[in-house]
Amino acid sequence: MESGIDWELVRTSLWPIVKYALIGTVPLTLASFAAGLVLAMAVALARLSRVKVLSGLGRAYVSVIRGTPLLVQLFVIFFGLPSIGVRLDPWPSAIIAFSLNVGGYAAEIIRAAILSVPKGQWEAAHMIGMSNRLALRRIILPQAARVSVPPLSNTFISLVKDTSLASLILVTELFRRAQEIAAFSQEFLVLYVEAAVVYWVLCLFLSVGQSALEGRLDRYVAH
Amino acid sequence: MSRTDSDHTAVGAPLLTVTGLRKAFGDHEVLRSIDLTVRRGQVVALVGPSGSGKTTVLRSLNVLEVPDAGVIQVGSDLTVDFSRPVPKRLLASLRDRSAMVFQHYNLFPHMTVLENVVEGPVQVRRRPRDEALEEAERLLARVGLSDKRDSYPFQLSGGQQQRVGIVRALAMRPQVLLFDEPTSALDPELVGEVLGVIRELSDEGWTMVLVTHELGFAREVADEVVFMDGGVVVEHGPAAKVLGEPQHDRTRLFVRRLQQRF
Repeated sequence: MESGIDWELVRTSLWPIVKYALIGTVPLTLASFAAGLVLAMAVALARLSRVKVLSGLGRAYVSVIRGTPLLVQLFVIFFGLPSIGVRLDPWPSAIIAFSLNVGGYAAEIIRAAILSVPKGQWEAAHMIGMSNRLALRRIILPQAARVSVPPLSNTFISLVKDTSLASLILVTELFRRAQEIAAFSQEFLVLYVEAAVVYWVLCLFLSVGQSALEGRLDRYVAH
Repeated sequence: MSRTDSDHTAVGAPLLTVTGLRKAFGDHEVLRSIDLTVRRGQVVALVGPSGSGKTTVLRSLNVLEVPDAGVIQVGSDLTVDFSRPVPKRLLASLRDRSAMVFQHYNLFPHMTVLENVVEGPVQVRRRPRDEALEEAERLLARVGLSDKRDSYPFQLSGGQQQRVGIVRALAMRPQVLLFDEPTSALDPELVGEVLGVIRELSDEGWTMVLVTHELGFAREVADEVVFMDGGVVVEHGPAAKVLGEPQHDRTRLFVRRLQQRF
């Protein structure tokens, strides 16, 4: 049995993997999270709406997204939709699947954060003549943001790791690159641990960013 | 300084008239036909046991509750009849006529004192920011909070927060100031500073409607006291009369009970 670590392989494979983290995993995560947040805001507001049809649609959406595996959602979009004539490339398929997924989870976080702002804040906003829309933008959302940063960071960090599933629909990102090199070199342990380390470092950066953001948003609360 | 009887002649024509105001939450009738008149420059105190509907009357004036029926008239040019569907625009103009000071202050915690005060004038009334800031500073100086302009609400005492709440209301330039138990969330030693500001405003001739449990203060500052119980006005009249020689058993019982606390 072979023993010892092939350091030369570690050295030569590190850059290709990091490169595909930077041009694959990172943009995939950022695009999906951004689109997912926009969607989540819309779904959260739909769920909070007094219009029954809207809140019902919102609830159904969240239920489907949370009740089905992300991998299945990804496969439905990439392998399933062509059957009804919708043919999407790997990248758009992945971004759509991930943002739909983030949309479902983050919608619940945003909804809960909005509901966590005391009713008196809405009343004070209305008292000074604000419409619901203005009150939401100026008074409610800034306060909801503070509450929602920790759980949204969780979603974000999960998403970074979940993007590895995109390797299964032919998106070349961090993990797929590691798989390719592993298949070629037959050094599975080295390459997969290397991939794991790169994911971990990415998430480490995010945790630091989260702390900074929380510190910024906490400036107006008692410590 | 307490108001003398001669002050009563100084108050003007009716500014605010409420007729037949009704409101139910589900099966529970909170207001059963309330009539109320507030003259220009007058201070009216709404008193009564909790659940009597006094806060709902106040909130209706600022359209934080939409009454089921009844008419609210402010000035000679605005009449809102709640028995019919009321267009949003009309509700907004009714709301613009008054400004509320809340029991729990309800300052915006993510904004500084100054930002709290100019938010309405700038974002809603679209007044130039410089002008709004200038007025805010002047109002803050009047309540002795100039040095707190850049503080966040959490850095202030309850009494200071409530004074900011009053300034925020004043900055909206309302015709009527509404106070919803403005001192009942305060520590006893902070009540005085807030009552002091309200007293000054009444001396300046502001028209005010005040829900309060401070009967001593009501007696001192209010021209008229309205005693409510069970969603109706039981008794109303000059403060000294309603609180000093109540005509109805329910009023008498209430006044005695509150006095026993001291």
